[in-house]
Amino acid sequence: MKREDIIKPENLVYRRTPVLTDNVMHYCPGCGHGLIHRLIAEVIEEMEIQDNTLAVAPVGCSVLAYNYFDVDCVEAAHGRAPALATAMKRLRPDQFVFTYQGDGDLAAIGTAETIHACNRGENIVMIFVNNGIYGMTGGQMAPTTLEGMKTSTSPYGRETDLMGNPLRITELLAQLPGTYYVTRQAVYTPALVRKCKKAIRTAFENQKLNKGTSFIEVVSNCNSGWKLTPVKSNEWLEENMLPKYPLGDIKVPEK
Amino acid sequence: MAFKGTLVIDTEKCKGCAVCIEGCPQKVIALSKNVNGKGYNYLEMINEDACIGCANCAILCPDGVIEVYRVKV
Repeated sequence: MKREDIIKPENLVYRRTPVLTDNVMHYCPGCGHGLIHRLIAEVIEEMEIQDNTLAVAPVGCSVLAYNYFDVDCVEAAHGRAPALATAMKRLRPDQFVFTYQGDGDLAAIGTAETIHACNRGENIVMIFVNNGIYGMTGGQMAPTTLEGMKTSTSPYGRETDLMGNPLRITELLAQLPGTYYVTRQAVYTPALVRKCKKAIRTAFENQKLNKGTSFIEVVSNCNSGWKLTPVKSNEWLEENMLPKYPLGDIKVPEK
Repeated sequence: MAFKGTLVIDTEKCKGCAVCIEGCPQKVIALSKNVNGKGYNYLEMINEDACIGCANCAILCPDGVIEVYRVKV
């Protein structure tokens, strides 16, 4: 069978979702951000909520997320995305509100906002991309950096005596009564990508039912910050990040 | 029942990260020796007949440059 016979609209199985704009993403080659953007956009497309979704963009690598989502976006001050999302959801309870943050934004400067928004049980979806490093500013140590991991501000590896321990904020948030659904996912194999998409879908469905905060951590790579090729960084992620940040649901609603 | 698939790759938007190549069960795709306008070795199909249209490559692509078509044969 010829290629021309296969390429027909009725045979289409996968295409880039129209909820993403046509802009070329500024992310480094192989960065997990692009993939996670696409998963969120696909969920928005499947649920047909493009016209009533509000996104909150963070500060960090994904600061330009508003250029890629074809939904209404607001840019928050550094770390303040959950506070802004709180206001948006309270003023427009009919809209779906999600925040998209990295580990420097959510787990460092925005820890207070994150914890209090989750403690109040704001009815929002929070997507937390954890790559254990400050990607945008040049690979400095983040709260989530692993013990012994080399970064530009911990060139001999993170020493816990001096620099503290890696922060597992997802486990911390699962303790709070306001959170309804807390999970940790990754996106480096096709099966995990599908699982992650399912988790994002669950989170948006929870918001539809006014259940409370849904929090999804996605363990992602930062090949530029880790100084590895994209493929090698995914292997490194599996070997080093996952023992500290194990995948799976941390808090699921009781049935 | 078997499937036959093919890909349409937006070579100008491809960044040559090669993450998709790891996900391909049929070893259909590889990076080209040529580069695109941005200087990246873009993705191309090297073994088109083997493609089963599973869409694993497209699912793994961070930039969404792969479109997948599939027919039953």
